[in-house]
Amino acid sequence: MTAYIIRRLLLVPLLLFGVTILIFGMLQFLTPVERSALYVRDIPKTEKALDGIIKKYGLDQPLYVQYWRWLVGTKDQATGERSGGILFGDFGFSRVGSQPVASLIKQRFPNTLDLTLWAVAPVILVGIWLGIQAAVHHNGFIDQAGRVFSIVGASFPTFVFGLLVLMIFYSKLQWFPPGRLSDWANQVVMSGGFRSYTSLLTIDSLLNGRIDVFWDALKHMLLPILTLSYINWATFLRVTRSSMLETLRQEYITTARAKGLRENDVIFKHARPNAMITVVTLAGFTVVGLMGGVVITETVFDYPGIGKAAADAAAQLDVVTVLGFALFNGLILIIANLVVDIIYAVVDPRVRLS
Amino acid sequence: MEKSVALGDTNLLTEAVNLRRIGWLERALGPDNYRVIQGLFKTPASIIGFVLITLFVVVAFAAPLIAPPVTNDPYKIPRDGFKADPQPMMSPWTRNAPDLPFWWKPIMKTDQWVHIFGTSQGQYDVFYGIIWGTRTAFKTGLVVVTAALLIGVIVGSISAFYGGIVDNVIMRIVDIFLTLPFILAALILAAVLTPRIGRSLIPSMIALITFGWMGYARIIRGDILTIKERDYVMAARVIGVKDGRILFRHILPNAIFPTLVLASLAIGDVVLSFAALSFLGIGTEIGYADWGQLLSFARNWIISLDRYWYIIVWPGLTLTLFVMGWNLVGDALRDVLDPRLRGKS
Repeated sequence: MTAYIIRRLLLVPLLLFGVTILIFGMLQFLTPVERSALYVRDIPKTEKALDGIIKKYGLDQPLYVQYWRWLVGTKDQATGERSGGILFGDFGFSRVGSQPVASLIKQRFPNTLDLTLWAVAPVILVGIWLGIQAAVHHNGFIDQAGRVFSIVGASFPTFVFGLLVLMIFYSKLQWFPPGRLSDWANQVVMSGGFRSYTSLLTIDSLLNGRIDVFWDALKHMLLPILTLSYINWATFLRVTRSSMLETLRQEYITTARAKGLRENDVIFKHARPNAMITVVTLAGFTVVGLMGGVVITETVFDYPGIGKAAADAAAQLDVVTVLGFALFNGLILIIANLVVDIIYAVVDPRVRLS
Repeated sequence: MEKSVALGDTNLLTEAVNLRRIGWLERALGPDNYRVIQGLFKTPASIIGFVLITLFVVVAFAAPLIAPPVTNDPYKIPRDGFKADPQPMMSPWTRNAPDLPFWWKPIMKTDQWVHIFGTSQGQYDVFYGIIWGTRTAFKTGLVVVTAALLIGVIVGSISAFYGGIVDNVIMRIVDIFLTLPFILAALILAAVLTPRIGRSLIPSMIALITFGWMGYARIIRGDILTIKERDYVMAARVIGVKDGRILFRHILPNAIFPTLVLASLAIGDVVLSFAALSFLGIGTEIGYADWGQLLSFARNWIISLDRYWYIIVWPGLTLTLFVMGWNLVGDALRDVLDPRLRGKS
């Protein structure tokens, strides 16, 4: 296992390098003037000032020089202040958000985390439960229904599903609004008395003892969670089902049955743990995917997470901002995938003992 | 059940005396590939899928007959005025109405065009957009799949054929391209390209191709790795055939079939992703016949969607049925290609 983990760790710097090259490559489609948003807040209007900026930040230098400067930033000789430098967490300035990209991310990321936190249980646990039911009743009614559901689910575009859900539960029934908080709740949160412990709204409101704010925050997340569940269940159902069917065919299951064990024990104590090994990886990647911001779902429901921020910036062609989000997303994904792979190695005895 | 048993018996019989007829298709494709095609037409679900796809093909070809173009550019949805609010279904079409097509009078029983599915924001006719959007869907789907397949096959073959360090480097590049989530990566590239190329189908298509070839590269690589070891490849090497010829004449034709079928069924997914990009506001100019854009209009009317339901239901249904057609066939294909299920019913 150590060898496996070391091999996996060695991949990380390579992936980091690759993703930065990929994003840097996309930056090259911009003109030097547009790229100066990486270093300065306001792009100057006059020709002369522009030339000064381009010179100062080396935007006309060879690519490898630019890449290096993009990584570490440029130090101002007079003041010693550094501008730019993604390694130091400076992703440039956002035209759309009129603030540094990094602070925009910092402001939006807690919302995405909050959504992830509440979506994990319904998305993953229910999805796995559906898959187990389908496998246990192989070729029965539940299995067939699940099959139809997973095909329909895979075909139903997220945004169409989201819009239909909004049509029913928002414009018709007025139950669950889009957005993040109602106006009154927003005022409570903005007021001085409300302390921010974790910046996750649901947890903060509980810690502040404001059940009403908590309920309001949760109410705004229900439809996105419903949509996320719906689109992920199809995958979980399919993977869990086939993995479970595979396990139920093994000889040790026959042995367990031959010993006269109750069917429930056979399924939940003997078959399920082994069938879960593949599902654990999928679950890990799903959580990581949610954390990276779900672009379409957040946009449909106007939920202010990092997915929607990226989509908004893209729609307004604010490329520096979009690439900043991509970079952040890439970092999360690389690290989280590493964690998932290592957990997988620890869980799966075939990898652990090799 | 009984019928299949009986069929199985006759098959056994004919096979026992080696008299089974081999049709021209099986002769052309070879037994393995023929089995795949056969499997695709066996389940009711996949047949429904084929029917749906055929229907859309017919609509795409017959678009000028179903909804005659109004201007020189048939992909521009004609506008009935410039009011913002959507107009209800079956409301009369007063300005820029298309010529009456041949089917109109017998079916609709009037001499006047109406907005069959209503108009969307800015008085774009929903029906017209759906009909011509079918052509847009096939156009983007075919171009993106073909290009991604071509790149994937070339990269994957080189990787598998040369193996060793080449293989390692290429597969790591594939890993890097797979790091970012597909839709986000495509969104970014399309956003980067749009200011350079202008709003059209092209930035989104390039983006979908750039981040869409890796799957094919992986599959073809796996297939080539097994075929590479076959005796006839060894034989070709022994008589001194050049690398390129071995790869393109001897290995690829034998390895490419599953990838090819898989790619052709990916059209549904590509159209879905393309619509998603349009929905997010990246892609064609406003008013282009494109399902994703029709749906994106609905974003501005969320609070009154119960009144304007037709601006999402019809385009949404069309897109869903289109994707479902490909998915139904694709599901049957997965069963046929899954080696664990091979040989079982």
